[in-house]
Amino acid sequence: MNTSTITDISEAEQGTSLWRDAWLRLRRNRLAVFGLAVLLVFVIIAILTPWIAPYGYAQQQLAVGATPPSAAHWLGTDIFGRDLLTQIMYGGRVSLAVGFIATAVALVIGITWGAVAGYVGGKVDAVMMRLVDILYALPFMIFIVLLMVVFGRNMLLLFLAIGAVEWLTMARIMRSQVQTLRQQEFVEAAISLGLSPATIIRRHLVPNALGPIIVYTTLTIPSVMLLEAFLSFLGLGVQPPQTSWGLLISYGAETMEEYPWLLLYPGLALILTLFSLNFLGDGLRDALDVRSAKD
Amino acid sequence: MWRFIGFRVLQSIPVLLVVITVTFFLVRIAPGGPFSGEKAVIPEVKAALEAQYRLNLPMFEQYTAYLGDLARGDLGPSFKYPGRSVNELIAAGFPVTAELGLYALLVAIGIGAIAGVIAALRPNTAQDYVPMSVAMIGICVPSLLMGPILILVFGIYLEWLPVSGWGDMPGDKILPAITLGSTYAAYIARLSRAGMLEVMSQDYIRTARAKGLPEWRVVTGHALRGGMIPVVAFLGPAFAGLLSGSFVVETIFQIPGLGRFYVQAAFNRDYTMILGATVFLATLIVVFNLLSDILAAWMNPRLRSQFGD
Amino acid sequence: MRWTCAARRIEPVLKVENLSVSFVTRMGTTKAVDDISFTVDKGKITAIIGESGSGKSVACYSLLGLVPQPPGRIDGGRALFHDQDLLQLDPTALRKIRGRDIAMIFQDPMTCLNPYMTIGRQLMEPLLYHKKVSRAQARSRALELLEEVGIRDPVSTIDNYPHQFSGGMRQRVMIAMALINEPELLIADEPTTALDVTIQAQILKLLASLQAKRDIGVLFISHDLAVVADIADQIVVMQQGRIVEAGKRDAIFRNASHPYTQKLLHAIPHGGKPGERPVCEPLVTVRNLCTWFGSRKSPVKAVDDVSFDILRGEVLGLVGESGSGKSTIGRSLLRLVPVTSGEVRFEDTDVTALQGRALKNLRRRMQFIFQDPFASLNPRMTVYDTLAEPLLLHGLESRGTVGAHVLKLMDDVGLARAFVRKYPHEFSGGQRQRIAIGRALATRPEFVVADEPVSALDVTIQAQILALMQELGREYGLTMLFISHDLSVVRQLADRIVVLHKGTIVEQAGTEDLFERPQQAYTRQLLQSIPGRTLLNLDAPLGESTA
Repeated sequence: MNTSTITDISEAEQGTSLWRDAWLRLRRNRLAVFGLAVLLVFVIIAILTPWIAPYGYAQQQLAVGATPPSAAHWLGTDIFGRDLLTQIMYGGRVSLAVGFIATAVALVIGITWGAVAGYVGGKVDAVMMRLVDILYALPFMIFIVLLMVVFGRNMLLLFLAIGAVEWLTMARIMRSQVQTLRQQEFVEAAISLGLSPATIIRRHLVPNALGPIIVYTTLTIPSVMLLEAFLSFLGLGVQPPQTSWGLLISYGAETMEEYPWLLLYPGLALILTLFSLNFLGDGLRDALDVRSAKD
Repeated sequence: MWRFIGFRVLQSIPVLLVVITVTFFLVRIAPGGPFSGEKAVIPEVKAALEAQYRLNLPMFEQYTAYLGDLARGDLGPSFKYPGRSVNELIAAGFPVTAELGLYALLVAIGIGAIAGVIAALRPNTAQDYVPMSVAMIGICVPSLLMGPILILVFGIYLEWLPVSGWGDMPGDKILPAITLGSTYAAYIARLSRAGMLEVMSQDYIRTARAKGLPEWRVVTGHALRGGMIPVVAFLGPAFAGLLSGSFVVETIFQIPGLGRFYVQAAFNRDYTMILGATVFLATLIVVFNLLSDILAAWMNPRLRSQFGD
Repeated sequence: MRWTCAARRIEPVLKVENLSVSFVTRMGTTKAVDDISFTVDKGKITAIIGESGSGKSVACYSLLGLVPQPPGRIDGGRALFHDQDLLQLDPTALRKIRGRDIAMIFQDPMTCLNPYMTIGRQLMEPLLYHKKVSRAQARSRALELLEEVGIRDPVSTIDNYPHQFSGGMRQRVMIAMALINEPELLIADEPTTALDVTIQAQILKLLASLQAKRDIGVLFISHDLAVVADIADQIVVMQQGRIVEAGKRDAIFRNASHPYTQKLLHAIPHGGKPGERPVCEPLVTVRNLCTWFGSRKSPVKAVDDVSFDILRGEVLGLVGESGSGKSTIGRSLLRLVPVTSGEVRFEDTDVTALQGRALKNLRRRMQFIFQDPFASLNPRMTVYDTLAEPLLLHGLESRGTVGAHVLKLMDDVGLARAFVRKYPHEFSGGQRQRIAIGRALATRPEFVVADEPVSALDVTIQAQILALMQELGREYGLTMLFISHDLSVVRQLADRIVVLHKGTIVEQAGTEDLFERPQQAYTRQLLQSIPGRTLLNLDAPLGESTA
């Protein structure tokens, strides 16, 4: 290497950043790549559903009734003669939307809360985290059921309620990240250089706290989707005419003896999505080298 | 340690108070009174009923009166089952749910912890991959799918086990317990694997090996305790999850437990029942969280002595 | 006493011949230990010296089957212990020897004892497992040994947990545990590296006396030649898996022949700074500085009423053991921790009162060099970003011109220009510390606080970084506060030394004065704890022949 002749930094060889390193490691993890691919396909399908669905959403053929998979109806039809593939595609839109939107709600609340508590520290931190502790001890599942009972099955409320449960973990992770990073010598070095707090947060804290946040976001989505399925299954979540995978599974379970495909395919769609998210999350955890930063 | 326990017990009191208060007012501001669905009720009867449920009092007085009842352990009368108190309904449903929960917990801890420890002993070999793949399935197949699948396979196709009821036929408790416990077995397997791996890489394990202890003594004597602390700390949340999971499982298997009552009460808008059951379940969950925290802290001598005797 | 021979011939306890160990991973096979041979004699101490990655620990662990296989693989050789080859024994037979005939102590007493078990149970375990003794017998034996290794009041502390002991006490417990079966060979892996100097001296003394009393063989692994200078009989020097030199201690210290050994000897800080009288005008004045942490009611007084001056152009050494408050003073001067009371003046400005822009401007003139080069660099920024940040921040360069300045800094700190776009994780510890020094010097500060800048580095790297700092100090005309636990390092650099103990100043004096005529008992204790003192004060300066 002609090391001494370099006169401009652009001549130097580009190093391997940690992000690139992580991406290379993720790419070697076949399950994670599979998960990512499935997820992308599902999301694209969900977005395009209104245009690519084989049948109309409400299109019934009562005379046809429930039929097993055939050339006309790839995944069969339900007891009203509705195309199951179409139902699953529309249900997926709702299930995925709940997963992503409620997680986004959790992310915004959790990160803000945790970052403020961790950065300000002292009494503010103590009060804020004590509140999180108290909320943690609440039986949230039961509360969500209660909310659904009291206020009726409202989608917006569902997003908010689920988001409100899931932000707690996010806040804890963010806080512990910020606290650990604040004590790192490179942050002290940045302070002693005279950098402003805003610059320190932007250049030194955020990029380093991102890894665990990405991992836990990926792992929060499946638990949110499960929550939605749980509520819909009980008849407390999404309600007709809208549908979701949880609701389809609940219908399928009622008639599974006669028409097992009505349970099988919505179930497979849900399981495949959960697998993909969990594989991707585990893969990201390994690739970004995130230790259990849960508390 | 006693200070720690005292501190945690004190901390639980506001939690319970929040639960009771929030639940009470949520239920009270819910649209639709208890009798709004029915035909016009004779005013005198309505007044009598309202007096019975204290609906004629101002909201805050209702609240304080309810707190007073709670202190005496009285959850009040049911809206929908005239003449029956919420206490009676819970007393009828809870033993069933408790039994189901206990079996599920045994399934979860028994299978989960053993699988996790076995996997951690030889990481990245078949001994690790097989149980962890099964655990992944356990996590990704929620009980609302696991139940129907088990029914279909073992109840309908193989006809090995009954698919509904509780205590009516031999073996009818097996499928519900597995359905409810499977998810938590999977979580516990992953937690105990991670915990054991962490501990097995510690320097003091090397010390134990350098003493010449056989491997099983290293694992049982030195590694297990530290490795299981995360699992013990998880038992509280797991218990909460089992209780809410029982809603689904009891519905699937038609088990007359508290979970099914709760869901039915939700559909019937039986507000006193919802209120009472929520308070009851929340108390249980808070108590179990407390116990699992205390147990986990007690297992760690540093924490134990930090709070002094 | 089976080996008391008629002729007092020295018996080897352990004879290792042609040992080779490699690690097989997906990335390929690496030879960790390559064809090494050494012996440990009965009643003698053999020291294996090497820097990180030299294979010294792997060699010793593989003897006892403590290297996990895979990825480890023993390629060949013999290790004779009583005519049986340890490398050929099956795991069960080897386990019977471990802890009974051959015992080990490890580096970090904080992590090597099981935190979930009382020390009594841990002590008794080898005895109960290897010998047929009752619990009561085992307990009384454990109590005797605790007494012998100097644990005060063993009867009441035997049922305590490890966290209730200090680091030095825990290492004593480890030693007691190793000796409880009266082994014939003790393998000590860096047993004092994690300890303070005065504790280190005590533990070394204890080890030597226990060893002499029992007449056992000791294999002592260390990275530090000075540490073993006082106690070793034989010294084996390893580098990259091979033995480069071996021999009697005095032979090694007086006429080392291999260049690497000579390099190690040179790396031991010795001698003082060539005396240039600095100008006698204070640049930094510290008066009645107090930095307390924790609650107002019962504060931890990390720094308690400390006053000293730092003169323009001098290097002031700040010396103390862990918990002495030396780092806190450094951080207080630069406002990295809030000062409780007192005054810090930089020229005429009171540093403790500055805010906003004035503080930022002052920060350009005073900088900090941190201990851990793995933590002090932002892992997501290239060297270029790290070095350019201060230059751009203080407007010393514009975006267009900063590149040339960064490359100049790379030259100054001895890093190849080609590495300018690499990330910290692609560098070694020494290289990272060079980057950190470059960052601190980028703004051409007048005053630098260096907090243990070399203590995380291998000894030879340590010597290079110290040399660099001396050179740059002259070139940049720096005034420096050099914080260290290591008196011999400070002696090499500092013009004057301040000795700290528990947050207060014990003594301050010119470097040579302090070393020749220490006034306080604590200073004398510190000086006596410097490892290898006797050998390093040999008449001829070390390695003169090759200098």
